[in-house]
Amino acid sequence: MTAPLIVFFVLAALAVIGAVSLILQKHPIHSALSLIVVMIALAGLYLLLGAEFVAAVQIIVYGGAIMVLFVFVIMLLNAGIEEHTSVSKMAGPPGLLLVVALAGLIAATIVRSTDSIQSTLQTGEMSSSLGVSKTLGISNMIFKDFVYPFELTSFLILVAVLGATVLAQREKG
Amino acid sequence: MVPTNYYVILSAILFGLGVFAFVFKRNIITIFMSIELMLNAVNLAFVAFSQALGKLDGQVFVLFVIVVAAAEAAVGLGIIILIARNRQTLNVERVDLLKL
Repeated sequence: MTAPLIVFFVLAALAVIGAVSLILQKHPIHSALSLIVVMIALAGLYLLLGAEFVAAVQIIVYGGAIMVLFVFVIMLLNAGIEEHTSVSKMAGPPGLLLVVALAGLIAATIVRSTDSIQSTLQTGEMSSSLGVSKTLGISNMIFKDFVYPFELTSFLILVAVLGATVLAQREKG
Repeated sequence: MVPTNYYVILSAILFGLGVFAFVFKRNIITIFMSIELMLNAVNLAFVAFSQALGKLDGQVFVLFVIVVAAAEAAVGLGIIILIARNRQTLNVERVDLLKL
């Protein structure tokens, strides 16, 4: 077993354990902390895949900004232990079965389609071999090929900020 | 070198766990977190294929997904605060205004 494979399995186990813990924890703050474990493990996997910029953005935006927002809201609303009715408890086992089937279906479909194009995949070597940094390539793509979507995201964020402000403000009178 | 299939399978497992958390959890904040988990699973598949194909498109898509997720988190948490203020509960089973 090579070193990258060992690192992959450690990080993958960490991500899956974090995701299972998110489901098993009763208190939302514990679920939030489990989700942070998943995010950090995924950032490690991105590093393993050679996507340094995405790994950094993952930690800063997901692990930092978004999860802090979640923890803030949990504190603000004083969220307690979640309560299950008997019906929603009963829905667990068959739901788990269906979800296993769903994940298996997704994985089987994609794996089969990647196998059929595996021959073309092998030829595609990462552009970093040309001595060009990948982050440079990403910025070139964002500001050249994807410049209109990029500008649109600024509008999206503007709308989101306005929406969040309007939604969360107290009603007057 | 880790095969791309391993990443895809891990991505499918994480997505499945996200779907299960989405339908099983009863706290609206945890449900919202499981959406983030599903988005993360898809991001992993994007980056894995970006590496396998030797193109950077996948990583650019991931950045856009993260931007959309951040915007969605801001609006969604605003809605959650509004629900908690109006109905004094975070349990989705008690938020049944549209139920006959």
